[in-house]
Amino acid sequence: MQALTNRVKQVDRRKMSFLERLYLVAIFKGMLITFSHIFKKKPTINYPEKTRPFSPVFRGLHILNRDEEGRENCTACGLCAVACPAEAITMEAAERQTGEENLYREEKYAARYEINMLRCIFCGLCEEACPKDAIYLSETFAPADYQRKQFIYKKEELLIPHPIEEPDAYKKALGNRAKKETVN
Amino acid sequence: MLLAIDFALIIEKLILIVIVVMASLVIAMYATYGERKIAAVLQDRRGPNRAGPFGILQPLADGLKLFFKEEIIPDFSSKFLFILGPSLAMLTAIMTSAVVPWGDTVHLFNRDISLQIADVNVGILYVFAVVSMGVYGIMIGSWASNNKFSLMGGLRAASQIISYELAMGIALIALLMVTGSLNLKEMVQQQQAGNWNIVYQPLGFLLFLICAFAECNRAPFDLSEAESELIGGYHTEYSSMKLGFYLFSEYINMFISSVIMATLYFGGYDIPFVNELNYNPNLMAALGVVALMVKVVCFIFFFMWVRWTIPRFRYDQLMNLGWRILIPLALFNMLATGALVLLKQNNWHF
Repeated sequence: MQALTNRVKQVDRRKMSFLERLYLVAIFKGMLITFSHIFKKKPTINYPEKTRPFSPVFRGLHILNRDEEGRENCTACGLCAVACPAEAITMEAAERQTGEENLYREEKYAARYEINMLRCIFCGLCEEACPKDAIYLSETFAPADYQRKQFIYKKEELLIPHPIEEPDAYKKALGNRAKKETVN
Repeated sequence: MLLAIDFALIIEKLILIVIVVMASLVIAMYATYGERKIAAVLQDRRGPNRAGPFGILQPLADGLKLFFKEEIIPDFSSKFLFILGPSLAMLTAIMTSAVVPWGDTVHLFNRDISLQIADVNVGILYVFAVVSMGVYGIMIGSWASNNKFSLMGGLRAASQIISYELAMGIALIALLMVTGSLNLKEMVQQQQAGNWNIVYQPLGFLLFLICAFAECNRAPFDLSEAESELIGGYHTEYSSMKLGFYLFSEYINMFISSVIMATLYFGGYDIPFVNELNYNPNLMAALGVVALMVKVVCFIFFFMWVRWTIPRFRYDQLMNLGWRILIPLALFNMLATGALVLLKQNNWHF
């Protein structure tokens, strides 16, 4: 019969000889193969102790940024919500009162800022849209939870720690971003 | 006076029994750990490494888990037999260790203590009798489950063990022709004086090894619990520690058959190239036990290595291998050995 492609492999359909029917030779070969695997490098990474390095462009959970004095950058302009293709971001704006200058950098701020992490596709368009450098994607991903509503992240979860009151947590939250800024 | 000595003997034997049973349980426990680790390294994985350093506490965690699992006895099962099954499997698995010579004689407290619970002069026959009783544990359990998958597994186990016991027995007859004794201790002493039996019986050992795999229901002959066709085989309906007993008895069986193979073919507690007479006898006995354990560990590793290399046989292949290849080979081996033994007695003259 003519083969349709040149990749056809003829199957050997001869009866097995006595030696082959003992399976011993084949078993011996197979056991050598498995034995050689003892000495191979294990691809597994011991997860909680060691983590796989993220790519420098990894896009993880969002962080709402503060400036050096700890004031929130966000002015609730809504550009991120408009840019978001998954419509995961909602916010409510409010006016800054006198005496709140140490809390918010400009006269308008986001009283409510929510991101639905189940809707978010982590595209990073919000970060690109933001004119105030108020939102960026960090290098952590959303932890598992039991309830859907826990995945709607509020300002408490999103805001970066205060740089003056909690400098260590702030540095940790900045992560690679701090380094990137010094490099540039 | 006589009574006092008898009491000492009873205490000595009791201590020995406790040590041997505990040791086989602990070894079987760590065999499960070893199994998982070996499976892991053969497949480029890491294996259990969370419970304690290197996962050393994993068997304890597994045992605890089994104890705390819900105990289910199905309504449609026959309750007494359902409980008897795993108990019998465990009992026969442990009973075999009674006649194994674990080491040479130790001299302690002005007494010569033999490191063997019972020096039976038909030791190997006793082992065979008890091992073949082990299948009743599986059969009774599978029958009592009243589940077609269990019954199927039990049927397979029974017919498999019957067919492989034949080849095993015939392979053993050839060995007995060489040693001329059924006493395990005497066999070891012969091997200490001369060569290991593997030198005289290479084919016999190979047959015995293959049959031992089948007797232990280990891969590639684990058809009785073939999970891809029979769910769990004979232990489908079992849960909690009763399942644990079944799984555990498999590991004890593996340990015991490793000990038997080491004793029959690899000199038991004999350390090669070391002359026992020149050193402290107690030290040498202890080293002998260690030597036996080293051989056993090698065998157990081999068992696991095979399990994670070879796929399960199909049932007809299993029967073909048993009846049409192993038994003829065993018969040939027996005849050839018999002829050579006769020739040797006749000073190599026909």
